[in-house]
Amino acid sequence: MTQQTNLPGFFSRLSIAFGALFKSLGDAEFAARVRDDGVGPTAAPAPVPAPAPAPAPVVKPAPAPTPLRAPTPDSALQLLSLFQREARLIDFAHENLTSYSDADIGAAARVVHEGCARVLREHFTIEPVRSEAEGARITLNEGFDAASVRLTGNVVGTAPFNGTLSHRGWRAASVTLPQLAERHDAHVLAPAEVEL
Amino acid sequence: MNDIVNDPSNESLNHAAEPRYAIGIDLGTTHSALSYVDLQASDGEQAVDAVLPIPQLTAPGTIEALPLLPSFLYLPHPDELPAGERALPWSDTEETAIAGEMARSRGATTPIRLVSSAKSWLCHPGVDRRAAILPTDAPDEVTRVSPLDASTHYLRHLRQAWNAAHPEAPFDQQSVTVTIPASFDPGARELTLDAARLAGFTPTLLEEPQAALYSWIQGSGGRWRKQVAPGDIILVVDVGGGTSDFSLIAILERDGKLEPHRVAVGDHILLGGDNMDLALAHFVARKLSANGTQLDAWQMRALTYGCRSAKEALLADANATTHPIVVPSRGSKLIGGSIRTELTRDEVTAFITDGFFPRVEASARPTVRARAGLTQLGLPYAQDAAITRHLAAFLARQAGATAELEGFSGRVTADHTFLHPSAVLFNGGVFKSGILAQRVMDTINDWLYMEGAEPARMLEGADLDLAVARGAAYFSYARRGGGVRIRGGTARSYYVGVESSMPAIPGMEPPLEALCVAPFGMEEGSELELPGQEFGLVIGEPVTFRFFGSTTRRQDRIGDVLEFWGPDELHEMNEIQATLPADGRAAGDVVQVKLHALATDAGTLELLAVARDGQRWKIEFDVRTAAGVQ
Repeated sequence: MTQQTNLPGFFSRLSIAFGALFKSLGDAEFAARVRDDGVGPTAAPAPVPAPAPAPAPVVKPAPAPTPLRAPTPDSALQLLSLFQREARLIDFAHENLTSYSDADIGAAARVVHEGCARVLREHFTIEPVRSEAEGARITLNEGFDAASVRLTGNVVGTAPFNGTLSHRGWRAASVTLPQLAERHDAHVLAPAEVEL
Repeated sequence: MNDIVNDPSNESLNHAAEPRYAIGIDLGTTHSALSYVDLQASDGEQAVDAVLPIPQLTAPGTIEALPLLPSFLYLPHPDELPAGERALPWSDTEETAIAGEMARSRGATTPIRLVSSAKSWLCHPGVDRRAAILPTDAPDEVTRVSPLDASTHYLRHLRQAWNAAHPEAPFDQQSVTVTIPASFDPGARELTLDAARLAGFTPTLLEEPQAALYSWIQGSGGRWRKQVAPGDIILVVDVGGGTSDFSLIAILERDGKLEPHRVAVGDHILLGGDNMDLALAHFVARKLSANGTQLDAWQMRALTYGCRSAKEALLADANATTHPIVVPSRGSKLIGGSIRTELTRDEVTAFITDGFFPRVEASARPTVRARAGLTQLGLPYAQDAAITRHLAAFLARQAGATAELEGFSGRVTADHTFLHPSAVLFNGGVFKSGILAQRVMDTINDWLYMEGAEPARMLEGADLDLAVARGAAYFSYARRGGGVRIRGGTARSYYVGVESSMPAIPGMEPPLEALCVAPFGMEEGSELELPGQEFGLVIGEPVTFRFFGSTTRRQDRIGDVLEFWGPDELHEMNEIQATLPADGRAAGDVVQVKLHALATDAGTLELLAVARDGQRWKIEFDVRTAAGVQ
């Protein structure tokens, strides 16, 4: 509690985390910054549908430039629309939190949390990458999947690597997004409502 | 009625191909579901089954396949949705009415265009169920639909969903069962069958509590024989979204095999889980308005959802004391505009546990008085919300239900004031709460204890949400010879009112006698002739009869005439009508006919007028526009 003047409160952090999530989805450069600064929410549950713009593939210095996949916005927009419909996420992220008490924010956060959980549950099968408990000592043998396990800290020497599991990671085992009609405009995330 | 074939093993006579699947449809008041058994992969009691995900609109232009199809129909305004936004995967035209999840969510904000509870209207005795009357409060420019149309729409949606998923096995070539409440009268059964025919198939009907037991039998994988024994009486308590339904099923032993017999069904009680959520939401809304917060219709819907999850959380965990409910703001300002409240354990206990499931004496009976917050215009909702009181009345009325059953003689003595069940099977999402199931068990066991009987046990392992659809598919499979069958025949005896030939007394109606035209327990496929009596019917002139049913008079045989009956024994139903079309005879001729009762293989009852030359006419249960025929 000694540093609270400079650090964001819980709900601000929630907002920042969601902001970063969606900014990462839509903005590859931002995603790269988050990846490279090493403290960003890279291990946060990223419910990305398969064709959605995943964080840009690891680009190694190579003589020829690696071709990049172009993101298809429809699935991302569809997911945003689901998060708005079920969890009011866009409404929430667009609010300025400074003028509200934590109790007010907490009430809204329940709507957001419950709805997000519902979207994740109904459209994704999300499971941990590692089944061990966080804090457990694990050994990574040679040839481990570097895409699903990220080494941090004192990364030296050769496999096998011994370390402590600090985050279990998440993997989307399946994605089932609704089908869209041919002419459906996915850019309308939530229609305006007019009561007659 | 040429499409009714007498031998069940020949039911595919009209079709070129043998069915590949046995399909069960739960046509529910609030949700419908479709389950199926693969006949080729199943053997004996090992039935391989699955639930079909049903593609439906969940938002404009958005199709999702969900395990349940909400039984709601939305009739959109022509300008309401852009072109192409309401097409289903299998339709090349725009739907004029939308069924499923989107209908439910849209309809909550535009209720004047929403058809709901069509099934309850289908068995509403006071309305013409083929007339376009729904939604009841729609303005004139909305093209209304009939309860029959709405049911047809859901069934057609399910058929098309099946055909889209299984093009190799067309729906109308499969063996299909549709479930109905056990309490449905012959008219409502026939209308359900008509709805299926209009949707393009001819199913068999099955009572929902029986389907629940079939599902339990199937789910046990053969172990059910260890959990029940000959002499057991299973009480099925089925509390669905909109109706409550009770049945009694006795376990007999025949030729060394256990054979379940359905011995009694309850009355139609329009009271279910959705009423509980709605009642709770109104209670919380009153609490909020006492603090100066008024909710609009949109917020009420959000509150109802919130109350449901709060209720489920509090009824699942006996240690939880409160559960928060947040009604989100309607506008985009989520934080300032949301309303937070909470539901406490005491409130849920008082309102749901004690309100809908009070611990009452076995002698308690439902009161017929003020309506307890269940307000929706038109439907005859149960006036007493206490399901346990309805249950007490049901068991007391059926005290003698097993008296004449093989192997049950001597088990019921004269000092039993109600029928003693020995096991209870629950069905319906309401009983996901262990607290509510336990409350019903405790109440029944109190009653049993007071009469010195052994406590009843709860049958474990029921699938509360999908049991009815699964059980229906299993039944479709079982009736092809693959598994256990529940016996029992028709669950009521039926009577027509005949004015007795006494001299008229001024100021009194002539006394009415009841002529039994269809006895209790008619097995499917059987036909009986009313002995002795012949009626002269005039060609072209409709003749109406007052029509009665009884769930307790098991001993009356066809042709018996009752001069007296107990106040609770006979229930009057809609009038029935016989109209003889000319068909080569001259209008005005009098034809002598005999009455026949036929229990069809499809699960309906038919009354027929049969002329001496063998010509047959159906007597209609569903008399259109009852006005003017009094």
